[in-house]
Amino acid sequence: MDLLRLLTCGSVDDGKSTLIGRLLHDSQLIYEDVLASLEADSATQGSAGDQVDLALLMDGLRAEREQGITIDVAYRYFSTARRTFIIADTPGHPQYTRNMATGASTCDLAVILIDARHGVLPQTKRHSYIASLLGIGQVVVAVNKMDLVGWSQDRFTEICEDYRSFAKPLGFGQPYFLPMSALLGDNVVDASGNLGWFDGPPLLEHLETVDIDARVELEHFRMPVQLVFRPDANFRGYAGTIASGVLRPGDEVAALPLGLISTVERIATFDGDLDVAGPGRAVTVTLVDDIDVSRGDLLVTPGSEPQRAHDLDAMVVWMSEASAESGSSYLLQTANTVSNCTIRNVRHRVDINTGAHEQTPGLGLNDIGHCVITSDRELAFDAYSVNRATGSFVLVDRLTNATVAAGMIIGAASAWNRTPDAALVRQRSEISDAERAIRFGQQPCTILLTGLTAAGKSTLATALERELFDRGKVSIRLDGENVRMGISRDLGFSTQERSENLRRVSEVARLVNGQGLIAIAAMVAPDRDVRQRARDLVGVDRYVVVFVDTPIEVCRERDPHGLYAMADSGEIPRFPGVSADFDRPTDADLRVDTSTQDVDECIDAIVRMLTERGFLRGPSTP
Amino acid sequence: MSATLPAELRLTHLQQLEAEAIGIMREVVAQCERPVMLYSIGKDSSVLLHLARKAFFPGRIPFPLLHVDTTWKFREMISFRQRMADEIGFDLIVHTNAEGVAQGINPFDHGSKNYTDIMKTQALRQALDAGRFDAAFGGARRDEEKSRAKERVFSFRDAHHRWDPKNQRPELWNLYNGRVNQGESIRVFPMSNWTELDVWQYIHVEQIPIVPLYFAAERPVVERDGVLIMVDDDRFVFDEGEVAEQRLVRFRTLGCYPLSGAIESTATTLPEIIGEMLVATRSEREGRVIDFDQSGSMEQKKREGYF
Repeated sequence: MDLLRLLTCGSVDDGKSTLIGRLLHDSQLIYEDVLASLEADSATQGSAGDQVDLALLMDGLRAEREQGITIDVAYRYFSTARRTFIIADTPGHPQYTRNMATGASTCDLAVILIDARHGVLPQTKRHSYIASLLGIGQVVVAVNKMDLVGWSQDRFTEICEDYRSFAKPLGFGQPYFLPMSALLGDNVVDASGNLGWFDGPPLLEHLETVDIDARVELEHFRMPVQLVFRPDANFRGYAGTIASGVLRPGDEVAALPLGLISTVERIATFDGDLDVAGPGRAVTVTLVDDIDVSRGDLLVTPGSEPQRAHDLDAMVVWMSEASAESGSSYLLQTANTVSNCTIRNVRHRVDINTGAHEQTPGLGLNDIGHCVITSDRELAFDAYSVNRATGSFVLVDRLTNATVAAGMIIGAASAWNRTPDAALVRQRSEISDAERAIRFGQQPCTILLTGLTAAGKSTLATALERELFDRGKVSIRLDGENVRMGISRDLGFSTQERSENLRRVSEVARLVNGQGLIAIAAMVAPDRDVRQRARDLVGVDRYVVVFVDTPIEVCRERDPHGLYAMADSGEIPRFPGVSADFDRPTDADLRVDTSTQDVDECIDAIVRMLTERGFLRGPSTP
Repeated sequence: MSATLPAELRLTHLQQLEAEAIGIMREVVAQCERPVMLYSIGKDSSVLLHLARKAFFPGRIPFPLLHVDTTWKFREMISFRQRMADEIGFDLIVHTNAEGVAQGINPFDHGSKNYTDIMKTQALRQALDAGRFDAAFGGARRDEEKSRAKERVFSFRDAHHRWDPKNQRPELWNLYNGRVNQGESIRVFPMSNWTELDVWQYIHVEQIPIVPLYFAAERPVVERDGVLIMVDDDRFVFDEGEVAEQRLVRFRTLGCYPLSGAIESTATTLPEIIGEMLVATRSEREGRVIDFDQSGSMEQKKREGYF
């Protein structure tokens, strides 16, 4: 795209405003009279000595100028022959998380300024975390004030390494590290003679050439319907801006929430009908069939539909003086809907300097927290990490109409995140763990046999149960298929439902472990994150993963119920190993392969491992 | 910049700005009960009008246009206004502060500050109150002036039309919150992210009609304090010794003729205007006398309800 929206972040003293002033100045786009008035202002307010204080250009409001800090988002515009730029300048002051999140929400790229003298500071981490949270994929780490460290390459390298080590989990890909002096103009628009050891392009050239198109989502069509146009009896059009995906006349679309399907007739615009329209286009779509579509509906490609739920897991940036607590109610506004919602639970607050999770009863101004939010209508959405437009929302106070928070949807909230009612009290047993260990001659544990369909999990689970029984041990077998006939009878095979099934089995396993018994769970459990939640729930010390790593070709040959064939034909959607991912465990305690090992060999290996871990003996006598 | 996006899906920066503005206008119509568009007849208003036609195509523009007529607009602006209303077919409301007219308020005798307050700011409030409008579109851009750089797209005004820079709603993504209580309103600036150069380029690309005063022509002007003021009618009050002289001038912004400075120019076509823009050494609002009244003057006017 020809338009790059970028965010600059740094603290009061990092020289951020100076950098922007320098960009505008050196690309010769500061008009002379603005410059003249700056020169007059600098004499009374500036902090740059006799030089023109370029920072004053950015600090618009009078009160802020007097305080010497920028306290809101200011937008600046300039263009070069190659690209047009919108700069969102946001403050580095610790209190203003809110403003930075606001600025970041529309940006493709962030320039994070570091003062070469001070290196990576808590605020650097803060800015990087917020940029990452708001989904900015491109980062320039500008190590500024190189003139004040003698243009030292060693210092620059040291800062880059510091930054890399903490920023690894933030998912920026490859940040562009750039040494510069904004005050003197080195490496801003022109390459620097003082930094001869650095051979990358200066900032402006990088901004002109960096690839921002790669992140444009073309796969899944989404268009929130803003308005329905019926100018006359012959025309019924749905107006909106395409959030993602590509639309052509003749394409099928489904209108959510009802899910009615029709075919695109025209993509109408003032400038004539379009043959194709992609993300960012404001269009009016007409459909072949007269189906019921209204404002708030979401047009999508049938088959690649968004998630739907009443309960959301979301990261929330709190922007109001009035704090949020569990139970607080607001209006929830997404790209296509407004609904009533309640913050059911604040799972934790993020310390944005360290990334640590803190327990908190609520969220205050500038807090960022992980919340579970319940809406009074079913929402259609994507994860924010997948689609900014259909994964974001704001919360609005119903009385004052103020926008109080911004949210980024993680996904449908599941029971994993739900905190039991505070009024519930756990009833304790009168039998101690030690007594149980003596009675049963074992230490309780949970063995998860995970693997593809037809890998042999159930067979091994049954054989293991037999072997333990014969050794006088007491176990309970929880077969994925069996539980679906009972306690999980209400669940299907979507990602969320598979997750919920494993959660229920894990909860049962935890209960029986608490009674001193061994639990054997045989489940596909395809999702790594969900397995980790199961591990955390059961307890790391008593959780054992056995990866039944039978090659998929062998599984397909066995396939007693013809499930693979049904998955191939699409009759069963989202089938792990075929049309959905199976995350191979990398942290399994044991790997077995039923195509090369017979059942006895596998069971021997499992029992040996359990014995070595000490699960198959009672309390050791002193 | 790269080949990752098929050419047919790439949008130019003007197409992106256009789509953003259209999305904003549609959102206002969806959220607000009684929107109105402030129509100043200037080039930004002409673009805004064009965007409204696009946003609601193939329908009519679903809100009225409001022109606050101070009675001191250039004559060519008023005839252009009529021409547009006839050709495009929109609902036009023209409001003049009758009390101000009765008191004979004019820019020559009462100073630009008082005049602007009474004939523009007060008049605008009267018209908005009379129409009970809960949303008003304006063509203001963030690049025009320092205090506008932080203006929201949806700018909240209290029941007295006041703007409080400390009490604006956070605006994230393209999620705009247009909710107001009784008497409150929202000013909406769909062209917030446009620059003057964007406006001229867009007018050129889209062939949008604009008032001829934007093109250079021989016009009668008086030079005052380095500003060229056009003598548009016989109400012009000459200072002692002043005479009108014919000069080749054009206007970069249009308002009331005694308060709009012309620049000397030979640009008679849009490409020539854009050519002058690219080597411009004077920012746009310099031609507007009102900005220099007092330090931070635009911010002050906005707090009081000036658009």
